[in-house]
Amino acid sequence: MAVSSSAAFDPNLYLQAQTRWQPIEYAFWAATLLPFLLFPHHLVLASQIAITALFALSLDLILGYAGIVSLGHAAFFGLGAYTAGIMSKYGWGDPFVGLLVGPAVAGLAGYATSFIISRFRHLPLIMITMGLGFLLLEAANSAEWLTGGSDGLQGVRIGPLFGRLRFDLWGYTSYAYSLCVLFLVFLVTRRLINSPFGLALRGIRENPVRMPAIGAPSRSHIRTIYTISAIVAGIAGTVLAQTTSTVSLGVLDFQRSAEVVIILVLGGAGRLYGGLVGAIIFMVARDQFSGIAPQYWYFWIGALLVSVVMLLPNGILGGLARLTSSWRDKAS
Amino acid sequence: MSTVSSAVLSSLALSTQGLDKRFGSLVVASDINLAIPHGVRYALIGPNGAGKTTLINLITGMLRPDAGRIVLGDTDITTFKPDARVKRGLVRTFQINQLFPHLNALEAVTLAVCERRGVAGEWWKPLPAYGEAVDEAYAILKSLALATDCYRLTRELAYGQQRLLEIALALATRPKVLLLDEPAAGVPRGEGAELFSAIAGLSKDITVLFIEHDMDIVFRFASRIIVMVGGRILVEGTPQEIAADARVREVYLGGDAP
Repeated sequence: MAVSSSAAFDPNLYLQAQTRWQPIEYAFWAATLLPFLLFPHHLVLASQIAITALFALSLDLILGYAGIVSLGHAAFFGLGAYTAGIMSKYGWGDPFVGLLVGPAVAGLAGYATSFIISRFRHLPLIMITMGLGFLLLEAANSAEWLTGGSDGLQGVRIGPLFGRLRFDLWGYTSYAYSLCVLFLVFLVTRRLINSPFGLALRGIRENPVRMPAIGAPSRSHIRTIYTISAIVAGIAGTVLAQTTSTVSLGVLDFQRSAEVVIILVLGGAGRLYGGLVGAIIFMVARDQFSGIAPQYWYFWIGALLVSVVMLLPNGILGGLARLTSSWRDKAS
Repeated sequence: MSTVSSAVLSSLALSTQGLDKRFGSLVVASDINLAIPHGVRYALIGPNGAGKTTLINLITGMLRPDAGRIVLGDTDITTFKPDARVKRGLVRTFQINQLFPHLNALEAVTLAVCERRGVAGEWWKPLPAYGEAVDEAYAILKSLALATDCYRLTRELAYGQQRLLEIALALATRPKVLLLDEPAAGVPRGEGAELFSAIAGLSKDITVLFIEHDMDIVFRFASRIIVMVGGRILVEGTPQEIAADARVREVYLGGDAP
């Protein structure tokens, strides 16, 4: 946004330039196809990365853009996963039906809790989101008849895509499906953050005191984005259940809520691609480090987190953006 | 001032009746009765701690009064939320900047325009599709000499520009009654007068009430003055009346005041 200020520069042209697709974005999405060619044996991992990226994108909507911190976002991920899993158990295994109902259930839960969420900020908000996460986890744990409890959900049967493409063990279908869903959700998200509503979210993040003084109904904005974010988290959970054909309590775990915050902070919150880049780094690092020392791999995640937050307060993408803008300044 | 009859009320832009507010045993507003007609430029003066900012907080709904009524035009807004009051044309600025540090000036004012137009909840169209709102925001920035720097982040703007952006945000809501809490606070004296010329140049449809400590500015730009002391209105009148008032001299203008 460090555009040189010229008096004649038209504001509409400026905004168009701000929202236009950049070459690096085309390159990024083209690169997401590379695993099919370069790492055909790692497509299962690639699919997990796409799902994690989707989850991180949903958190970015509330944390990165509206400044709403949540340590219980796995609740919506888990609701999507369990809904899709349970439906398939009772014969509703078509992926697209699951992709409608799973996120809808997560979205309803998001809408219901948004009335609490929109009244709080900072530490109380963190505690409330965490508490809601625990409530749901223990509810799923005790409702064994429905969820299978700590044994995990038995009998998940996901049908083939379009009635013919099975989710194979090699992950071809899985990665193609996860990537398509990620890309479509990304397109919607990108549109959203470039809209007047996206601007209002950034306003809430930047100064919640000023918002009512310009006539903004901040709470209603927060309820909307929290619901949308829950839907996206539900999509991620649904896709995980469908591509792996398993659902366990892990989808609701506190660790999942905490990890997605780490991923977003690593990549850079409020930057749209931050969660995506963070997911790639985190998941690949986990894959590699856990190969070296399966029990201690979190040591390396800790080291990575501390050094990134200390050296690059706006995450990896924030650091890159600063680097490129300082190059540009030197060049001009 | 005694209680205002309802026939007079409707010709007023803003009025309050018997506003009270206390924090514990500290009385910050006591029996505040205002009757502000359309289009007038009011100054609100008084020593530090007189309750001037508290009064603005009460009128705009950021504080809830313990007793009393607030009427905007012919609507009783006592129970309205702050953003609902803004929607009805009652708008304030802040003594200490309340801006959006990481939005640029164009984005910030565009946001305020979008909120007024009721399109800020729309997430399915990108900003460039709202050309009229953007043009309007740009025109406001231009009128306050902020157009050249409107693509810079708010936090990078000079302090004087940030004070102007405070006013730009308020104007974007199309206020009927504008409450300015020390708009020139922290601005060098010469620039302060410049800033007030911009305020004086606002449409006569906008009723303005401003808090200001610089008496030269107060007597130059206000057509009426309210003096507050200790949470009460001491006296209200024209600049000449206030200048001649013995009580005002005693509590405020007397001593070593400039």
